[in-house]
Amino acid sequence: MKYLRLVVANLGRHKLRTILTILSVALALFLFASLRSVTTTLAATAQFGGARRLVTLNATGLVFPLPLAYGNRIKAMPHVTGLSWANWFGGKYGDGKRFFANFAVDAESYLAIYPEIVMPEDQKQAFLKDRTGAIIGRRLLTQFGWKLGQNVTLQGTIFPGDWTFTIDGVYTPTDPAIGDDVLIFHHDYFDERIGRAGIAGWYIAEIDDPSRAPAIAKSIDDMFRNSSSPTKTGTEREFQASFATMWGNVSFLMSTIGLAVVFAILLVTANAMMMSARERTGEIAVLKTVGFSDRLLFALVMVEAGALALTGAVLGLGGAKLLYPAINFNGAGFLPGFTVTTSTVILGVLVAVGLMLASGLVPALRAARLPVVQALRHVE
Amino acid sequence: MALVEIRDVYKSFQRDSQRIDVFTGLTLDIEAGSFTALMGPSGSGKSTLLNLIAGLDKPTRGLVSVGGKHVSEMTSGQLAAWRARNIGFVFQSFNLLPVLTAYQNVELPLLLTKLSGKDRSERVKIALDVVGLADRADHYPRQLSGGQEQRTAIARAIVADPTVMLLDEPTGQLDAKSSQEVLTLLQRLNNEFKKTIVIVTHDAHAAERAKMTLHLEKGDLIEKRSAVAGAAR
Repeated sequence: MKYLRLVVANLGRHKLRTILTILSVALALFLFASLRSVTTTLAATAQFGGARRLVTLNATGLVFPLPLAYGNRIKAMPHVTGLSWANWFGGKYGDGKRFFANFAVDAESYLAIYPEIVMPEDQKQAFLKDRTGAIIGRRLLTQFGWKLGQNVTLQGTIFPGDWTFTIDGVYTPTDPAIGDDVLIFHHDYFDERIGRAGIAGWYIAEIDDPSRAPAIAKSIDDMFRNSSSPTKTGTEREFQASFATMWGNVSFLMSTIGLAVVFAILLVTANAMMMSARERTGEIAVLKTVGFSDRLLFALVMVEAGALALTGAVLGLGGAKLLYPAINFNGAGFLPGFTVTTSTVILGVLVAVGLMLASGLVPALRAARLPVVQALRHVE
Repeated sequence: MALVEIRDVYKSFQRDSQRIDVFTGLTLDIEAGSFTALMGPSGSGKSTLLNLIAGLDKPTRGLVSVGGKHVSEMTSGQLAAWRARNIGFVFQSFNLLPVLTAYQNVELPLLLTKLSGKDRSERVKIALDVVGLADRADHYPRQLSGGQEQRTAIARAIVADPTVMLLDEPTGQLDAKSSQEVLTLLQRLNNEFKKTIVIVTHDAHAAERAKMTLHLEKGDLIEKRSAVAGAAR
């Protein structure tokens, strides 16, 4: 502790440089945490959904609907214990700058298949009885300042017109990957408004034995192979993973380019820290003359580098950890459950320790090995 | 037995392909409680001798002993600990740490001891009082005059009560008045506090304050003059 004053005094030698160095480390680690969190959030999304749920789409693509009549045939298949269906709506609220997902579902069966969507029973019942009702994730409530019972109007982008819904319920997902920024409304109302009853965007089938999932999926697809709308069935996890794969290249780009930027910032920072130590060659020689040992000087330089790196880490990683939940960040709806995980923070701390070693080791060794006489001759 | 014993010391440097012999068998003694001035032209080996005594440099051959300890045979780690206890070094250009106050600069050697914060504080105050800078304790080097900086450096050199004080051209960067103040202070330290002082200087007036003057030329001791006894070759 008695040497702390010496370390603090050295850090305060060029206050602006010290502050900028700490901010550089903080920025680099903030970026690191943010970029890694995009990847981990996407990976978590791909893990969402049990293998007990199968998703059946039009084989041509998600935008092509399936006949509603398929539902009864799928439901009648062996090992299928439940069935629901949904349709992407794609409405926007207000100026549409704050995007959120919204889709029509067969409410009763959908809520039965998704026990992760949790809300008070009275709200659930109110929703089931209200044809123009909707339920929303808790984040939407806070984001837009909506209230329970309030009417909200979405402008249809795929299905034009103003669509007004009453908020009957607010759900909290038990699995963050399901998203707490989604608006769900009744498929009946959707059918009625578009005047084209009998279509579904996709089916969700609940099965009794996950190990049979591939065989059941094949049976479903075989059943509709020669129909006007062939299907493509897979587990919900595969369905989510396919979305994550769409992000895959973006994720790769963000990881590589982003980490290259982070690395460049760290190099500049390390250089600044090394320069700072190099400037004090004369002082290190004086301290050796006073009696400071090589080992002690090594430790003091390392502690200085550590103080810079770890202060930056606390600001950068702590900032990322606190900021994103505070602003309810979800990547404009594309990254539901965006979280800076503990593993990301630990990895960030390791990066900071690496930075400390990279920037501190060379000047610390140099200080320890400094030949006093030559250094003093230079100073004198 | 002399406090500092230099026995048959050889010291040579390699500069590019050329070998420069600074000492070729130098032998001399410095007594405890003495005030010795080392004089001689540039390149005569004065500063090198000071560095050898302080253990900052090692002789190529021969023995350097201070207070019975063979400095030339110690390891780097042993030397650092030994220097902290036994050597008070003062430079021509003061070499105070600019980020520390006068108090903190003087305290530096005591950080290496096991003294408590309170004891350190007492000793720093005494050292600053001895050099007449008790009222400048909180000043940074940039807020001090050259003479005050050098007196702070002297306070740093005496605060751990070292066996010997080594001063390399301590008045080299000072005006006449400040030089006299510093030299008077050194005499006082020698007379009142019985400090053993070795000072390297080009200044004959500064050397006159010493009790003993050693003249070096090309690494040889060519003259040893006692202030009391006069010249003795």
